[in-house]
Amino acid sequence: MLSDIQQFPPFREPQPAHDGHGHAEHHEPGFWSKYIFSTDHKVIGIQYGFTSLCFLLFGFSLMLLMRWQIAHPGVPVPVIGPLLAKFLGQPAAGGIISPELYNSFGAMHGTIMVFLGVVPLAFAAFGNYVVPLMIGAPDMCFPRVNMASFHAYFLGGVVMVVSFFIPGGAAQAGWTSYSPLATTIPTDGQAFWLIGMVLLITSSLLGAVNFIATIIQLRAPGMTWMRLPWFVWAQFVTAFILLLAFPPLEAAGVLQLMDNLAHTSFFLPTGLAVGGQLADRSGGGSPLLWQHLFWFLGHPEVYVLILPAMGIVVEVIANNTRKPIWGYKSLVYSVLFVGFLSFIVWAHHMYLTGMGQKIATFFQATTMIISIPSVIILTCMFLSLWGGSIRINTPMLFALGFLPMFGIGGLTGLPLGLAACDLLLHDTYYIIAHFHYVVAPGTIFALFAGVYFWYPKITGRKMNEFWGRVHFWCSLAFMNIVFMPMFLQGIKGMLRRMSDGAVNYSAARVPGVIDALPGNIMQLNGVILWAAVCLGIAQIPFIINLFWSINHGEKVGDNPWRATTLDWQTPTPPPHGNFTEEQVIERGPYEYSVPGAAEDFTPQGGPAKNPTTHAPAHH
Amino acid sequence: MDIPYTVESRPDTGLYNAKLGIWLFLASEVMLFGGLFSAYVLLRVGAAPGMWPHGWLNVTLGTINTLLLALSAITTLLAWAACKVRDFTKFRIFHACTILLALSFLTIKSFEYHDKLIHYEIVLNNGTFADGHLVEKSADFDLAKKTGTITLHGRIVDDEKELMDLRTPEARAAKLGEVTVAAADIVKMGNYGPRHNTFTAIYFTMTGLHALHILGGTIVIFYMWAFGGAMWKTDPERFTNRIEVSGLFWHFVDLVWIFLFPVLYLT
Repeated sequence: MLSDIQQFPPFREPQPAHDGHGHAEHHEPGFWSKYIFSTDHKVIGIQYGFTSLCFLLFGFSLMLLMRWQIAHPGVPVPVIGPLLAKFLGQPAAGGIISPELYNSFGAMHGTIMVFLGVVPLAFAAFGNYVVPLMIGAPDMCFPRVNMASFHAYFLGGVVMVVSFFIPGGAAQAGWTSYSPLATTIPTDGQAFWLIGMVLLITSSLLGAVNFIATIIQLRAPGMTWMRLPWFVWAQFVTAFILLLAFPPLEAAGVLQLMDNLAHTSFFLPTGLAVGGQLADRSGGGSPLLWQHLFWFLGHPEVYVLILPAMGIVVEVIANNTRKPIWGYKSLVYSVLFVGFLSFIVWAHHMYLTGMGQKIATFFQATTMIISIPSVIILTCMFLSLWGGSIRINTPMLFALGFLPMFGIGGLTGLPLGLAACDLLLHDTYYIIAHFHYVVAPGTIFALFAGVYFWYPKITGRKMNEFWGRVHFWCSLAFMNIVFMPMFLQGIKGMLRRMSDGAVNYSAARVPGVIDALPGNIMQLNGVILWAAVCLGIAQIPFIINLFWSINHGEKVGDNPWRATTLDWQTPTPPPHGNFTEEQVIERGPYEYSVPGAAEDFTPQGGPAKNPTTHAPAHH
Repeated sequence: MDIPYTVESRPDTGLYNAKLGIWLFLASEVMLFGGLFSAYVLLRVGAAPGMWPHGWLNVTLGTINTLLLALSAITTLLAWAACKVRDFTKFRIFHACTILLALSFLTIKSFEYHDKLIHYEIVLNNGTFADGHLVEKSADFDLAKKTGTITLHGRIVDDEKELMDLRTPEARAAKLGEVTVAAADIVKMGNYGPRHNTFTAIYFTMTGLHALHILGGTIVIFYMWAFGGAMWKTDPERFTNRIEVSGLFWHFVDLVWIFLFPVLYLT
C-alpha cells in the first residue's frame, strides 16, 4: 500500500520580493482614519482582536481575585489588595473582598468573558479578518456599518468597566441578571450593565447583518455554497444565531431597564418584599419571564461561543493533516442543524423553576437531540486525523487540545440536560466545571490556535514556536488542574456564587439532609487558586510572543502553512481590497494531497486570467 | 476598491447588498418585537382575575393613528415609484406627505401619553379610590400632595376592580365630576405612568419603542428628502435603492403598529 502513496516534492515557498508594504502604494491614511475610524475589515478585525484579548485578561484577573477570596475568605488580597482598596473604596476596605464586591466580580467576570471577550474574539475578530479573505471578497458588504459595530462594542465595554467605579459598584446579580434580584440590589451598576448590554447587542446585530450579507453577496465567482471553507459556514450560522437570538434579550434588557429606572414591575411579582418591607411596586410581573427571555438568548449564545471555535479547529486540522477534512457535507448539515435546534433547548437551564413534567420532557428531548450534530462535528474532526501525516506545530497542538477538552465539556453536559440529575447538580461547581471545559480549554484553546495560525498572514512573521509550545503545554496542564476538581466539588454539593468559598455552608449540618462538605473538598479551593495563578503565569509567554514576533518572528511568505483556502492566496499582509486580481474558484476548500497534483495542496482558486488546470483524477 | 453589488443586483440572489441587509435587520426586529409581544402575552395571562385593564385607551385616536400610518405606507410606496420613473418632484411631494403623516402620528401619540400622565389614581384612607384627570397641575403640586388638596375630574369607587374594565355598561354610565381630596386622606397616589401597573408598563414600553422607530425612520426619510438631491443627480439608481430600503423599514414599522393597535386598544 505504501507504494500507492504519492511522494510530493519538497515545498519551496516563493520568497516575497518586497517587504510586503509595496501593495498599498497609494496615499497613507493618517492615524485616526487608519486605526480608529477604519472601515477596512482587516483593521476592524485586529481592533476587535486586540480589545477582546485585553478584556479576556481583565476578566481572568477578576477571576483570580475571586479565587483568592474563595480559598482564603476574609484575608486581604496579597500584592494588589491596597490598590483595590484605593480604587474601589469601601467594598474593598483593607484589601478584603467584601461579599458585595465578590458578587460584582462574579457578575462581571461572566459578562466580560462571554460578551466582551470570547464572542468578539471568535466571531467578530476572526470573522472580520478571515471571512472576506476566504470567500474572495474585497471587504465586508457594509464597511461603515462594520466600523459602527466595533465602536458600539467598544462603548459597551467602556460602560461595563466604568460601572466598577460608580457608588455601589458594578452589577451584582450574576451574568444572568435574574429578576427580582437584579432590580432590588441597591446599586446603579445594573442599569450600567443593561445599557452596556444594549450597546453590545447593537454591535453584534450590526456585525451579524454584515456577515450574512457578505457571505451571501460577496462570494467570488465559483465559490459555491459547498465550496465554502467550513469556517465560513460556522460563522454564517453563528451570525444567524446572533441576529435572531439576541433581540429577545434586548427586549428583556429594555424591560429590566424600565423596572430599574421607571419602577415598573415587568419582572417583579405581586407582594414582593425587600428588606422585610413590601416593595413600593405595582407587582403583577413575572420573574420567570426574564429567565425565558434571557435563556432564549443564553443557550444559542453557547453555540455562538463554540461554532466559530470549531470552524478554526477544522481549518487548522485540515491544513496540518494534509488531507481533506473528513465528512465535509456532514459538517455543513450538522452546523445548520445545531443552529436551528439551538433555539429550542433554552429551558433546560430552568428545570429547577418547576416548569412541569411535560415541558421538561420536551426540552430534555431537544437537548439530547442537539448533542447528535455536535458529536458528528467532533467525530469528523477526530476521523480527519486518521491516516494523516500530521504536522505538529503550535496551532495544531491547540486544535488537538481542543478535541478532548471540548469532549469532556460536552459529555459532562449530558447529565445536566436531564431534569432528574440537573435538579441535584444545578447551581453547583459541577456546572461551572462543565461550561468552563466547553469555553475555556475548549473555545479559548481554539482561539489560541487561530491566533497562532493566522498571525503570519497579519504580520508576515510566525510566532515563536518554542514559546508557543510552552504556552500550550502549561495552559493544558493548569486548565485541567483548575477545572477538574470542580466536578468533584460540585458532585459533593458545593454551591456556586458563595463569597466565602462555602465555609459557612460546609459547617452546616442537618442530619439526614445536608452533610458537611468533606475537608478535602474544601482544600481543593487552595489547589485551584494556585493552579489558576500558574495558568495566569503561563499566559505571559503568549503575551510577550504576540508582541515580540511582530518585529522579530521568523519571516515567512504569503502561504507559510501551504494552505488551500483563499485567505492564503493574498499578499501578506493583504492590502486594502485584499486581492490584487479577481479570484475564480474552481474546487472545494480542502484539496490536500490530491494524487497527481504538483504540490500536496491545490489552492481553491487563483487569478481569473490564468486559471490553473484541474488535477487529473487518479481513480 | 469597489464592493460588488452595492447598486445592481447579484444575479444568483437577485438582491443588491442593502436590500438583503435591511431584510436581515427586519428579521431581528421581528424577534425584538416578538420578545415584547411574548412578554405582553405572559403578563396578561398571568394577571390576577379582573385586574387586566380594558378600554383604557382612546380607540378614536388609535384609529386615526392607524389610518395615518396606513396612508404613509401608500405615500412611501408612491415616493419609491416616483424615483423608479425618475420623477424627483413627485418623490418630494409624496415623501413630504410621509413626513407630515409621521409627525401627526407622533403628535397624537404624545397627546395620548399626556392624558395618561395627568390621570391619577388615589388610594384614600377610608379604603375607596379616587380616580380621574388632574384638573389643574399647580406649581406647588408637590406641596399640595402633602398639605393641600388635590382636585380630579373623575369619580370615587369602592373597589379598584371597577376601574379595570371601562367597556362595561356600568363604567360607561358612571358620572364623572370634580372630586376634591384632602392630602391628609391620601394613602397612596400615582399617575397612570409606566409604574402604575403592568398594562401601562407594557403600553408605554411597546408604543414608546415603536415611536422611537417612527422617529428614526422619519429622520432617515427627511435626510434623503432634504439632502438627497446631490446623489439623485449623480447616481439616481443608488438613490432609488435607498428609498426602497428605507421604505421597507417604514412598512415594517407600520406593520408593528397594526399589531399594537388591536392588542393594546381593542382587547
